[in-house]
Amino acid sequence: MDKSALRLPNDRWKPLEIAFWLLPVASYFLFPDYLVLVSQIMIVGLFALSLDLILGYAGIVSLGHAAFFGLGAYTAGLLSVHGWGEPISGVLAAAIVAGIVGFIVSFLVVRGQDLARLMVTLGIGLMLFEAANKAAFITGGVDGLSGMATGKLFGVFEFDLYGKTAFWYSFGVLFLLFVVLRRLVNSPFGMSLRGIREGGRRMPAIGANVDRRLKAIFTIGAAVAGVAGALLAQTTQFVGLDVLGFPRSAELLIMLVLGGTGRLYGALIGAAVFMVAQDKISGLDPAYWQFYIGLFLVLIVLFARGGIMGGAEKIFARFKPKEPA
Amino acid sequence: MIGNFIGVLFDGIAYGSLLFLISVGLSVTMGMMNFINLAHGAFAMVGGYVCVTLLSKLGLPFLATLPLAFLAAAVVGLVLERTLYRQLYQATHLDQVLFSIGLTFMSVAGATFLFGPTQQPVNLPDWLRGQVHVLGLDLGSYRLFLIGVVVLITLGLYLLIERTRFGAQIRASVDNQTAAAGLGINVSRVFSLTFALGSGLAGLGGGLGIDVLGLDPSFPVKYMVYFLLVVAVGGAGSIKGPLIAALILGVFDVAGKYYVPEVGAFVIYTLMVVLLILFPFGLVRRKA
Repeated sequence: MDKSALRLPNDRWKPLEIAFWLLPVASYFLFPDYLVLVSQIMIVGLFALSLDLILGYAGIVSLGHAAFFGLGAYTAGLLSVHGWGEPISGVLAAAIVAGIVGFIVSFLVVRGQDLARLMVTLGIGLMLFEAANKAAFITGGVDGLSGMATGKLFGVFEFDLYGKTAFWYSFGVLFLLFVVLRRLVNSPFGMSLRGIREGGRRMPAIGANVDRRLKAIFTIGAAVAGVAGALLAQTTQFVGLDVLGFPRSAELLIMLVLGGTGRLYGALIGAAVFMVAQDKISGLDPAYWQFYIGLFLVLIVLFARGGIMGGAEKIFARFKPKEPA
Repeated sequence: MIGNFIGVLFDGIAYGSLLFLISVGLSVTMGMMNFINLAHGAFAMVGGYVCVTLLSKLGLPFLATLPLAFLAAAVVGLVLERTLYRQLYQATHLDQVLFSIGLTFMSVAGATFLFGPTQQPVNLPDWLRGQVHVLGLDLGSYRLFLIGVVVLITLGLYLLIERTRFGAQIRASVDNQTAAAGLGINVSRVFSLTFALGSGLAGLGGGLGIDVLGLDPSFPVKYMVYFLLVVAVGGAGSIKGPLIAALILGVFDVAGKYYVPEVGAFVIYTLMVVLLILFPFGLVRRKA
């Protein structure tokens, strides 16, 4: 007897997933020269994951997600500049600050439709950018925050020039949060979010408080973005205005649709593909690079909705033996 | 002090009317076709570059370049609508946002390739430079001209939409596509022409705005928020809403930059968030 329809999605780890997580570990040994790039990919991947929660799962289109990334980066950065360099408490502080602001913003976001949400998120992102730009006496303005010194991890491991500590630190935080978020999206709460995305008006009929759920996931997404920002600040020991900029929010959207929205691995794969491509093509003029990202986006929307993961799923489905009805 | 205040108000109105001219087409796209088009500023940029090129390369008079800026942007709009935009009318808002961000990025890179990254100069004719003395106040001639042009175009637009057959078709298509199609209106053709009209107005605004807004390849990104703002705050699908919103926005932006320069663009973003909280569906809500 098949009871699968009554159960939550199968939460057991598949061999393919375990293999996926062995990839960064393998890259540590295989490509020791690319540690910094791989760390950055993992951090941006975490950031993409946080947007996937609110956009891929809950269907909220946000154009200002960099606001929370930047808040996290500045929180960790400012703590460190003022003598509090301990990394883990810095990350927690960043999560709390970004989470609180995310919670406040969530009240504005749940009102109105797509267009109003778009404008509110965009507006808040731009407001924070302007604030950081004008408050140069705190943030260093366009020059960025200088004089950051990240303390030893667990009081033992120093952040070295080769980025070894940064690598394991980023990997550890990403993996830990991924496990938590994976559990979250497969929980009844996660399922209700998908329900809201698919047809928000019907959800109250089954007793779901739509606004409260959207506020909750928006807050969680903001906090996770804050963690990603803090990780970037601590591992590069620098925070610049660009952490808050609109291009960062736009690039993040691109990574997410490239990988495939509404799938946690889509966010990670999208970030990886985007970052590697950027690294390889960065020799080109930034203007040309922008042209290709633009073209890429247009083509994805027109021809490849679902991104890499969506495409992979279609291919897998073709080879999968059909289940008896 | 009072004269100062009136000067700021006047500059703000000139600036706002320019924003309105560029944004009114976007209001139609977002309200009527339910399409979130972040690339609207790119059409304005097309107009701007056409103007600059005709002025400097062919030596055409400024006034003659304006209709050509309108035409060029309208043609680009028409072609893109026929080939790409129309495929996405039924797509999700996310897809539309991504598609139009993609177009914006491409236009920025394309403009850098064709015209270089620097700010373009515009040589206004002598009669548009300098000041005009009205009731003891010094008003910029160009800003006066700008307001005049926008008033004329707004009146023309009003007559087109309220008094002509094409306008009736637009209104019918806005209110109910299915019913309009049922009455024998070629909705898809109306959409294309309206899109072209909106793009053309943006192009005209881009040409007129070089002196006020500046023109460089980052134009579509730099002003994207302003155009979206005018429409989102004003209420998509109407003309009156964006007009009010653009004027409020223009006056506050100029006043903010004049009186509290250290806060800068913060004023306008705050105003936008506040207005969106108060009026999530825009100042003028379109009657269904």
